[in-house]
Amino acid sequence: MTDLQTGQSGRATAPRPGQPGQHPQQATDSPPIAKDREIAISARDVSAWYGPKLAISGISMEIKKNAITALIGPSGCGKSTYIRCFNRMHEFAPNARVAGTILVDGNDIYAPGVDPVRVRQRIGMVFQKPNPFPTMSIAENVAAGLRFMGVRSKAEIGDRVESALKLAALWEEVKDDLKKPGIALSGGQQQRLCIARTIAVEPEVVLMDEPCSALDPVATLKIEDLMRGLAERYTIIIVTHNMQQAARVSDETAFLLMGEDGAGQLIEYRSTADFFTNPRDKRTEDYITGRFG
Amino acid sequence: MTTFDRSAIQVRSDRLYRRRKLLNHAVTGLMLLAVACAVVPLFLILFYVLKDGLPGLSVHFFTQNPVAPGTPGGGVHNAIVGSAIMVGLAVLIGVPVAIGTGVFLSEYGQNRFGSTVRFVIEVMAGIPSITVGLFVYSLIVVRQHHFSGFAGAVALAIILIPIVARITEEMLLLVPRSLREASYALGAPRWKTVLSIVFPTALPGIITGIMLGLSRIAGEAAPLLFTSLGNEFYTTNITSAMDSLPTRIYSYATGPYDNWHKQAWAMSLLLVAIILVISLAVRALFGSRVTVRQ
Repeated sequence: MTDLQTGQSGRATAPRPGQPGQHPQQATDSPPIAKDREIAISARDVSAWYGPKLAISGISMEIKKNAITALIGPSGCGKSTYIRCFNRMHEFAPNARVAGTILVDGNDIYAPGVDPVRVRQRIGMVFQKPNPFPTMSIAENVAAGLRFMGVRSKAEIGDRVESALKLAALWEEVKDDLKKPGIALSGGQQQRLCIARTIAVEPEVVLMDEPCSALDPVATLKIEDLMRGLAERYTIIIVTHNMQQAARVSDETAFLLMGEDGAGQLIEYRSTADFFTNPRDKRTEDYITGRFG
Repeated sequence: MTTFDRSAIQVRSDRLYRRRKLLNHAVTGLMLLAVACAVVPLFLILFYVLKDGLPGLSVHFFTQNPVAPGTPGGGVHNAIVGSAIMVGLAVLIGVPVAIGTGVFLSEYGQNRFGSTVRFVIEVMAGIPSITVGLFVYSLIVVRQHHFSGFAGAVALAIILIPIVARITEEMLLLVPRSLREASYALGAPRWKTVLSIVFPTALPGIITGIMLGLSRIAGEAAPLLFTSLGNEFYTTNITSAMDSLPTRIYSYATGPYDNWHKQAWAMSLLLVAIILVISLAVRALFGSRVTVRQ
């Protein structure tokens, strides 16, 4: 396993991505799609490998701030791999490698000396299966990230837990049971708990890797409603294999497909309305009309 | 059934079916026999330990120290206390080392050094306990020129370490990857992930492992023969020779007096009861949680 936590020698001189006051430097060469809005993440020519196997090849995307960007595509097209490059989680796979540049607020998160731990504190992630910490209560789960970041004050933790649970639309259901174990909740509640846990540390970007694929339709709708609300404060990137979901919740949609070399590539990336009503690429049209995948 | 012609293949299948059923019964019978072979001795042991041990239990068995050979009465208070001290000390010495080793193996041991350590631990687990006793004898007893309870505890700790280290590693590896990922994604460094997420999740299993190891060393006589030796008198001084239940069972069971035999049986019953209580307590505390996770 790649060891991320050693080799932090460059930490003192490491760029602190996203300190207030820094503005995106790349505004001049932004692709047309994002001119009207600020860019949260600018990924250029990102390729990722698992050992010798190329999983995604040269994908560039500009992710808009405070918008929901959906990545869709058939299984194995590299959607998850791609977003796991955004918070440097890809490196946990054995012999994994990433090439290309990913700028978050203009700072390269793969620059030498950047500590992946700092990156992940700013870019949160919600996983496919709800994964609350089994030894912790509901409140402790939400507070876990805060404690990792060194928040000690009980009052502050209490406040932040409450507001995160409210934002995650879970507060009303659990406010009397905060001391109960997180795993005692239903699947949909657990996933909202995981969302609360992620946003409690106030990341700038929330990555969601098929967050509803283990949930029933009612729970799915709740999460989707919640995402619309969260987008006012956070930049959200959601991976989904459910086109309807992408159409319902997202502002921008990107379509990935496995190329002939077996690696995922970006086929089309446009505003969601255009993407579904007026696809430009034949393969996009085939996919959204259900001709394959 | 017989009113119409059955094809040859159907008839053949009937024969096969009857044979299969017969074989099924035969194999089930063999398995029941195997179960009996495993369980009957166990119950016989329990039966004899209860039958011969219960009469030896009395207040003075617990409260008095051994009396002169051949005289009636006396108890094994010194052996009970000695065992408790040495086993407790062995747990204090062995458990931190074992847990440290287990955490290293599971979290940082996916390399050559880790494989080497893992191999050494496996070999350690297979070393006969009498050999451990001889090792500690030459290491501590010979140098200090006297037997001691401390040397006994060290020998027991050496037996405990591989047991607990292996269970710790296994339990940590059982913690799902998704939990580690959740923690990393929250911006926790690796050491914090191990300390505040992985370890607590595996803790019930690790405690079960410690209890299993404890039951194992509580009944060990061989490593104590050359280290703590045994003592006719009551002592809580770990720098002097110390009595223990297993060594006293050994000397009483091989001795000539009926009173000794009776007390040896009673001590055996006491050991079995302690181990039973520990196992039941672990089950009551963590049983369900451990099984759910596995």
